[in-house]
Amino acid sequence: MRWLLGKDLLILRRSRLLVGVLVVYPIAIALLIGLAISRGPGKPRVAIVDETPPGQTIAVGSEHVQVSRYAEELFSQVQPVRVLTRSRALAEIKSGKVLAAVVIPRDIAARIASGVTQGSLEVLYNGNALEQSLVQSQLSSALAQANLGFSEQIQRAAAQAIGLLLRGGNLGVLGAPTNLIGLSQIPPELRGIIARQPSSPDRRQLERMNTFAEFAAQNLGLSKNVLSTIGQPIQVKSTLVQGRRTPLNTFAVVVAVSVSLMFVCVLLAAGGVALEREEHTLARLARGVAGNRSPADKSPTDRNPTHPALISREGLLAEKLLLAAACALVLALAMLAGIGAFVSLDWSRFGEWLIALAFGAVAFGALGIAIGALAREVRAASLLAFLLSLPLAFLALVPSGSVSHGLYDATDAISFAFPFKAALQALDAAVNGASPGISVSLAHLAGLTVLFGALARLGLRRLD
Amino acid sequence: MSPVLSVKGLAKRYGEREALRDIEFDVDPGELVAVVGPNGAGKTTLLSILAGVQPASAGTVDGPGAGAAIGWAPQQPAVYAKLSVAENLRLFARLEGVVDPQAAVERMLEQTGLRERADERVERLSGGNRQRVNVALGLLADPPALALDEPTSALDSPQRERVWEFVGALARAGTAVLFSTHHLGEVSRNATRAIVLADGELLFDGAPSELIAANGGGGERDFEAAFVAFLKERGHS
Repeated sequence: MRWLLGKDLLILRRSRLLVGVLVVYPIAIALLIGLAISRGPGKPRVAIVDETPPGQTIAVGSEHVQVSRYAEELFSQVQPVRVLTRSRALAEIKSGKVLAAVVIPRDIAARIASGVTQGSLEVLYNGNALEQSLVQSQLSSALAQANLGFSEQIQRAAAQAIGLLLRGGNLGVLGAPTNLIGLSQIPPELRGIIARQPSSPDRRQLERMNTFAEFAAQNLGLSKNVLSTIGQPIQVKSTLVQGRRTPLNTFAVVVAVSVSLMFVCVLLAAGGVALEREEHTLARLARGVAGNRSPADKSPTDRNPTHPALISREGLLAEKLLLAAACALVLALAMLAGIGAFVSLDWSRFGEWLIALAFGAVAFGALGIAIGALAREVRAASLLAFLLSLPLAFLALVPSGSVSHGLYDATDAISFAFPFKAALQALDAAVNGASPGISVSLAHLAGLTVLFGALARLGLRRLD
Repeated sequence: MSPVLSVKGLAKRYGEREALRDIEFDVDPGELVAVVGPNGAGKTTLLSILAGVQPASAGTVDGPGAGAAIGWAPQQPAVYAKLSVAENLRLFARLEGVVDPQAAVERMLEQTGLRERADERVERLSGGNRQRVNVALGLLADPPALALDEPTSALDSPQRERVWEFVGALARAGTAVLFSTHHLGEVSRNATRAIVLADGELLFDGAPSELIAANGGGGERDFEAAFVAFLKERGHS
């Protein structure tokens, strides 16, 4: 086997273009996938036209909220481009410099302060269906966030005004009366006055007023809680059910390395086996004893009576699998080491990385030799390996809940039958301690190795 | 003289189809045996069974040249295009367990006349030279018998002539050579014996001149006419 390994390494060394593509292509694909996963959608670039006069406020009782706060909330949710006029904003959209524009109209403060009508914004956008969908989705989210932030400010101002009504004291507004009595202070004061009154129509009237004051104070006190509930009716508390939380960037590293491992391994193993058949050397290597000749009939002049074939078919497949797995393992480790310079990885788990990568590489190698043995020629094998690998990676990354239940079950079943998802889970468990545990994934990979190894042997039942 | 190869009751079936049935013949050292027949006669199947590339359904192949001991050169050169001539020879010498691989490489470079091209990659060689490397790989272990499947099919006349010079020298040195061919002129010129197969059946086994004489011909150029007449007479037109 070592002579065959040496031969294959020599052929690889002389196929620089192939090796270059085998290294560069999966890394490029892996980086693209990694970037796509690790970076969420960026903030949309939005032109904002604020037509409100500078310093305009909305009065909430005795409190005032700056209208410009709304624009600030909106600015924090998008990449803002301040423009002065609506026509300028339209020009920016048409030129493609911004995805959309938001116009905050001059009368927004008056509308909000009226308590009768809602303040309204004008949103302008352009582009094809995909861009429109993206802009609508991103802008809706940004506006919802800005609305929430602004309503919290109004809610706080309203709560302060209610507190002042209840507690009394100074309004803090120039010209307003000082040392006002609070609503909550009226009932005890009234009770003192009533106690000093003889039984009379006046006393009964005072008692009615006291009952109202107590009722009003209690309910006004509750209204602060009601305001808070309306502002944010439901609080979200997140709990991870299984495993430990995997940071998105380290998961992206795991995906990128798994994709590279798969591409190199599957393509190399498939190409290696198919090349032996295409160069007609498979039959020369693995041919055995002809006819039904018994060992007793063998002549002493036989070259190698104990080993009829130069290499067994199983040995040949194992050699291709090991070569592909070793090359892919080296590349994957180099990638992890390289990425480790930019992303924080837990190097104390290196042993587990190695085990996960080795099991993954062997399983991918088994898939590769099966493809190579069944496809019978290098071009067909490479095409099949390529066509199979890319969708497998994407199918394994489909999150549950993002598609219908039936479709997810189908993608899950396909992913289960091929090594990518198991290799990804094994590496995620090794690198990030994610669930399911590494042993489950390794057992899955070992099973797939046996399955695809058997398929490869079946594909080599004929040597010609 | 005991035969190098002794084939008895050899048969090959692919499902219901019989590719070979009840084939029997012996081959002595130094014989140059042509295996001829129309397309689908079973020539390649017979040679690949003799070479151990596929198993027989029934029958035996015995003798010192049987099984893995036979040298084999398939119709398409079974060589690594990215390796040089010497690297191909060295690799297979090692895989075949030859005691002194380098000596075997030197011997084959000498025999094939490829010494000057030893370091050249096979992908850059002409078809004739590739075929010479292909045959040389079959001879690395100095086998007592050699099976050549259409060794000259893709070659021009001068290249074919060089291959036959080389193969003739091997036979004169005592190697039994079986070859299949569609160039019937090569049979009367080079073979000492012809085996005619049709539809998996052995129809004739004897000297080419006997086939010509039995079918009203005379001289080398009539082997093809005699062969066609023979097949027609046997109902294989």
